[in-house]
Amino acid sequence: MSKNEEITMKVDPEKAKLDMLAKYPPKVARKRAKQIVINEVAEGDAVPEVSSNVRTIPGIITMRGCTYAGCKGVILGPTRDIVNITHGPIGCAFYSWLTRRNQTDAGPDGENYMPYCFSTDMQESDIVFGGEKKLRAAVKEAYELFHPKAIAIFSTCPVGLIGDDVHAVARDAKAELGINVFAFSCEGYKGVSQSAGHHIANNQVFKHVVGVSDEGKKGKYVINMLGEYNIGGDAFEIERFMEKCGITVNATFSGNSTYNEFASAHMADLNCIMCHRSINYVAEMMEVKYGIPWIKVNFIGAKSSAKSLRKIAQYFGDKALIERVEEVIKEEMPAVEEVLKEVLPFTRGKTAMLFVGGSRAHHYQDLFNEMEMKTISAGYEFAHRDDYEGRKVLPSIKVDADSRNIEELEVCPDPEKYRKRYTVEDEKRFEQSGFTFKDYEGMMPEMGNKTLIIDDLNQYEADRMIEMYKPDVFCAGIKEKYSVQKMGIPLKQLHSYDYGGPYAGFKGAVNFYRDISRMVQTKIWSKVKAPWQKKPELAATYAWE
Amino acid sequence: MLLRHTPIEIKERSALTINPAKTCQPIGAMYAALGIHGCLPHSHGSQGCCAYHRSALTRHYKEPISAGTSSFTEGSSVFGGQANLVSAIETMFTVYEPDVIAVHTTCLSETIGDDLVQIRRKAEDEGKIPPGKHVILANTPSYVGSHVTGFSNMVVGMLKGFAASSGKKNGKINIIPGFVEPSDMTEIKRLCSEIGVPTIMFPDTSGVVNAPMTGEFQMYPKGGVTVEELIASGDAKGTLALGEWASAEGARFLDATFKVPCKILDLPIGLEATDRFVDALRTIAGVSVPDSVNLQRGQLVDVIADYEQYFHGKKVALAGDPDQLISLVEFLVALGMHPVHIVTGTPGTRFETRIKELTKDSPYPVNVKAAGDMFHLHQWIKNEPVDLLIGNTYLKYVARDEDIPFIRHGFPIYDRMGHSYFPSVGYTGALRLIEKILGVLFDRADRDATETKFELVF
Repeated sequence: MSKNEEITMKVDPEKAKLDMLAKYPPKVARKRAKQIVINEVAEGDAVPEVSSNVRTIPGIITMRGCTYAGCKGVILGPTRDIVNITHGPIGCAFYSWLTRRNQTDAGPDGENYMPYCFSTDMQESDIVFGGEKKLRAAVKEAYELFHPKAIAIFSTCPVGLIGDDVHAVARDAKAELGINVFAFSCEGYKGVSQSAGHHIANNQVFKHVVGVSDEGKKGKYVINMLGEYNIGGDAFEIERFMEKCGITVNATFSGNSTYNEFASAHMADLNCIMCHRSINYVAEMMEVKYGIPWIKVNFIGAKSSAKSLRKIAQYFGDKALIERVEEVIKEEMPAVEEVLKEVLPFTRGKTAMLFVGGSRAHHYQDLFNEMEMKTISAGYEFAHRDDYEGRKVLPSIKVDADSRNIEELEVCPDPEKYRKRYTVEDEKRFEQSGFTFKDYEGMMPEMGNKTLIIDDLNQYEADRMIEMYKPDVFCAGIKEKYSVQKMGIPLKQLHSYDYGGPYAGFKGAVNFYRDISRMVQTKIWSKVKAPWQKKPELAATYAWE
Repeated sequence: MLLRHTPIEIKERSALTINPAKTCQPIGAMYAALGIHGCLPHSHGSQGCCAYHRSALTRHYKEPISAGTSSFTEGSSVFGGQANLVSAIETMFTVYEPDVIAVHTTCLSETIGDDLVQIRRKAEDEGKIPPGKHVILANTPSYVGSHVTGFSNMVVGMLKGFAASSGKKNGKINIIPGFVEPSDMTEIKRLCSEIGVPTIMFPDTSGVVNAPMTGEFQMYPKGGVTVEELIASGDAKGTLALGEWASAEGARFLDATFKVPCKILDLPIGLEATDRFVDALRTIAGVSVPDSVNLQRGQLVDVIADYEQYFHGKKVALAGDPDQLISLVEFLVALGMHPVHIVTGTPGTRFETRIKELTKDSPYPVNVKAAGDMFHLHQWIKNEPVDLLIGNTYLKYVARDEDIPFIRHGFPIYDRMGHSYFPSVGYTGALRLIEKILGVLFDRADRDATETKFELVF
């Protein structure tokens, strides 16, 4: 029996699926058929299986990037006081230089290397004779120039092939320089997408940084925010209302973060996960080693933000905090509702498609729901089945050769630093109120029946989907933006926010409402055809009339 | 301060590049391939290379940039990328229906030693290349040269793939425009046609990366050099290669293979370089320069004379690509300005020699470096401040920190529009450069003037 409302789809989704598959060579069609799924939510939130985190077929114009992009670009990029050296030819460092819009506040110490790009710029001789010597020298030069707290090294494709031991270089440099130096074997070919890079980044940050310093931020309710990258200032907004509530954000992984925040992350009492895909590994490991439980939160959408704040308050269970959170929500909501009222006449009943990331395609549906817009199709770029179907499917996910390449760290409780964060009474309280940890239900149970779920959507399928469904807004990234817009459909970039934002929290919701409302009203789309293209039959006349 | 950790004291670095003034070969190859009509570029490497190049080109052009990738995994990196490329060729011809697939390598496929010619033969043998369709190849190892080298290698790739000699000359002149904007390519074609020289220009990205909004997404817009034209390049009367770094190799290939003589010129940026280009055109074609071109030249000289006082003695720092910088520096010197710090990330000692020659009469010591970086440029500026900064978008951090008037030129420009539509080559382009330079200098003068010294007229 179906649980969710059925969404009226302009074209029968079965037909749409066949349309998209028709042109593919048979092997490609078979593979894609498992990645294009029609949503059907049954009791207990059971949903159909979506093949995901599988290889992209060569030649397909995919949205995906590589392991290096996931590791250096996404996870480590936003930390301001680590000198990140890319070991490889120049390109990888160049393209990941400031392009992700991670904002940062350099703070009173003023240490901020994010506007800089560091590379060993490997040359042919380094490829032939090995690049370790150059890397050692580069680390030393970086240290002598900047004296940073930490230096991180990132391997690019050829480094793995020629066998440079970046970890040995890091170890030696750490001993010689007396600062933390650590390396990431995040060669681009390591996984099927950025996702492998997230995992590698999580592992090394956990191994080399978390737990190094006990100097955490002090407060009554201390949390870490995980999987929030401060694109367009999202983390600033979250920090703003957290502070208002009296909640201390010890570390954010990794928007607006510092090395010391990572190092003392084990001092927090709760881990709150925004982007489940990119960061759940480090949360799981922190729970085992330090006893910090984790919950899934979502600060995209005003109502979702309120819900997540309440969940955090419920965890601490302190009456003062619960009340304070309610006060803050009450203070924040009127401004949000006012703008919502303004935009609803323009947004109500409109349709959206979202193809992005590993969590955003899910989270942003909350904002569209608030604007009474329908999401008719969505999919992730690099997520896994649990992000679609919920963590309940974790035991049934088969580990393939590509995932096996990524190290799984064996973690056990730290003999000194492990600390259980809640009591037996708390546990009873959680049980009574239905409070659960590690509770990610995935994208599909929250979507309407008959909507199309498409994993790793490519340019051809996007083109077909737009032709068939003509959504009012399409959400994806920079590579997709202009092909979609050539078809007369506005595209909202959900990686870079089209250089706007923040979109998180209460103020972010207001920004998003206004941006989407503007986009669905923009007049230029109606002017694509010139008057003479609209009415070509009018022939020239001989006289003024 | 955004670049607050850049010290004034310059220490020699041997291993660490900071804030590069170049990027890697494949993106240049991808850009050049887009200048062939009906062509889908293909990146033989990890997915990230293709994603990064497409993103960078899209940010620069605000246009769809389509390209395929071999999506290497660990397995293909160990066993070679043949299976991936053959399968990619089949998928792309079936799904995206290009006329041409232009494959370029990456540091990954180069390091493992994939043989593109052999892989193409295999695809051919297996019937994966439909009749009348083409796969062309370029080796673009990211650890050699720069994006400019990659552009040059793809130019050679398209000639190797198509150029042929029928034994009969066609009376046309080949033009290799260099790593320039679509607007520049349009302007070069316009100048040639104005002078009356029939040309074949390749690559030609005009109409491809500045395509109109039509309500439809066309993967292969109207622009680009056609396969027929590329074939005919082997029968041309001669080749004009604009820019030694980006264009000379292609011209030399045609000379060596098909005896198409070539002349290597500087990019026609600024008065004198454009003069040399126009002079070469009229000599080759045996025509006199038309009045319309003389008029434009005259207007340019007139404007320079009108505003000469504002250029005179101003110090300039530049970062960019060698071909662009050589012509720009020559132009700035002609305006009476003093280029004092010049850096390119692209290697080549001839660059330093050329710049030193062009600036030999400068009253200031001139810092020039090939295979240098913007960190070093910034340090030079801290030691010897300048009045104007010219380079790509990344220099805006230096411009803000040091409070220097800044004009954007080169690749990439992520934060301004215009380069797709308004050329910087030719006399028209020189006028635009002057407009931009004076614009930022006058804005600065207006901003800094006291109320008593505030001027109405410049």
